[in-house]
Amino acid sequence: MSRMGTLFRREFRGYFATPVAYVFIVIFLFLTGIFTFYVGGFYERGQADLEPFFRYHPWLYMLLIPAISMRLWSEERKSGTLELLMTLPVSLFEAVLGKFLAAWAFTAIALVLTFPIWITVNYLGDPDNTVIAAGYLGSMLMAGGFLAIGACISALTKNQVIAFVISFVICFAFNLSGFPLVLDFFRGWAPQAVVDVIGSFSFLTHFTSIQRGVIDLRDLIFFATLIAFWLYANMLAIDAKKSR
Amino acid sequence: MDNLIEVSDLRKSFGPLVAVDGVSLRIRRGEVLGFLGPNGAGKSTTMKMITGFLAPTGGSVRICGHDVASEPIAAKSRIGYLPEGAPAYGEMSVAGFLEFIADIRGLRGTRRADRLRDVIGKIHLEHVLTQTIDTLSKGFKRRVGLAQAILHDPEVLILDEPTDGLDPNQKHEVRTLIGEMAPHKAIVISTHILEEVDALCTRTAIIARGRLLFTGTPAELEARSRYHNAVTLTVARPAAEAIGAGLGALPAVAEVEATDVDGDRRRLTVLPRGGQPILELVQQTGRAGGWALDELYVESGHLDEVFRTITTTAGVAGEVTRT
Repeated sequence: MSRMGTLFRREFRGYFATPVAYVFIVIFLFLTGIFTFYVGGFYERGQADLEPFFRYHPWLYMLLIPAISMRLWSEERKSGTLELLMTLPVSLFEAVLGKFLAAWAFTAIALVLTFPIWITVNYLGDPDNTVIAAGYLGSMLMAGGFLAIGACISALTKNQVIAFVISFVICFAFNLSGFPLVLDFFRGWAPQAVVDVIGSFSFLTHFTSIQRGVIDLRDLIFFATLIAFWLYANMLAIDAKKSR
Repeated sequence: MDNLIEVSDLRKSFGPLVAVDGVSLRIRRGEVLGFLGPNGAGKSTTMKMITGFLAPTGGSVRICGHDVASEPIAAKSRIGYLPEGAPAYGEMSVAGFLEFIADIRGLRGTRRADRLRDVIGKIHLEHVLTQTIDTLSKGFKRRVGLAQAILHDPEVLILDEPTDGLDPNQKHEVRTLIGEMAPHKAIVISTHILEEVDALCTRTAIIARGRLLFTGTPAELEARSRYHNAVTLTVARPAAEAIGAGLGALPAVAEVEATDVDGDRRRLTVLPRGGQPILELVQQTGRAGGWALDELYVESGHLDEVFRTITTTAGVAGEVTRT
């Protein structure tokens, strides 16, 4: 466990050793601001809640999370440090989890830094803060899901651009899978059960229900199993791709 | 249990390509094994399997009695490894990187501080500690890689081309360092530089096309050379031809090779038949003939020539078995 902690710290500090962290945080805060106040109509709605803030998180993450996750393993493979890391007395599980948790902690920092918006809504009105807390929880879980996908894809290629583009497309698919546009496409020929399964993979659906303040165990299990699945795939990807 | 490294019938295939084909090695404490072979011969792949980075297709590796496949953590914690190209996290400072390695290797408290100080001092990294690794020269990067490998004072050291990219002074320093550590460890180094084998290794292994073709001491390797025990003499140009013919006629002499030294002198290399010592014979013949010699010495053997013979003959054999 202490080895995983060491890996976690190295990885986490790594974000701040390069401009990546600062660029990401600034862009994230800037975009959440724009979406909340201009696109989401925070003031015009006249309601004391953060729905317009959380509503756009899936779309922001879809773009920004792959930018964080793309370097997780691609860079290790390209620079040869994967060989160094994997010959240290560290298990593959510790390495995968340590790196993932570091990336997740980093997104948590970006999310925490949106606190002025929470202060604003509390200053202007009297919101239900448990709903807002649920929103933050849902947002974190969703970020974890996207990160796990991105980490796995990053383990499959040495090229960060490829890792970014493929992760983006998969995240996009996970967002869209609950939309009528996608479901109608399958409805024409696939059995209803398949359509339901595809629909149930939608991050949007699960996130929306948590963000409304309804913390359903099924939504939590969805994100937990999704993260576990992609991290397991991440381990397999590293094992398979080590040789070349 | 003296064998710190036991490699048994190690094999690795990448699809149809057989990279390592049945390599077995036993390396004891105090031994420095020089791993030689042409590029792509399977040296690095073998080292990657010994250190547990790649899983072998067949065979096994035991480090201090711990099987690398079934007890990876126990085995890996006893190995110090410098991978090919000395990879390190470029965005970290030298100090930060070495501290990270110390932590992950489980060094704590005063031992951690002592080891860091010792290794940094030994490898002369004091002046670059705060620099990020990306900004270092190739030689310094290699030294950081070496520092990382010996930080936990491992019993087994695997160094893939430890002196590659270093200048002659740095090479000398690294060889001295390896020499100092040698009595307490089992060390494997891969190299292209044959003089390194002579200077450093107690044993050599030559590999080509994934097969182990020779293991033995550097002296045994030299003994395989046509030049082993050959006698080289430098004589005045006018006398050279007669002397060469005289020596060539001796039954113990296989061949005499002649090259120009400068305008006035020629160098004759007398190759013995069957590698037997012929110095005495050459001296007697010289005295009898009253030759004036500028120079006379015995060759121990040309490693590069032996290397070429061993690895290229294997190449031909490989072609034959493939068809």
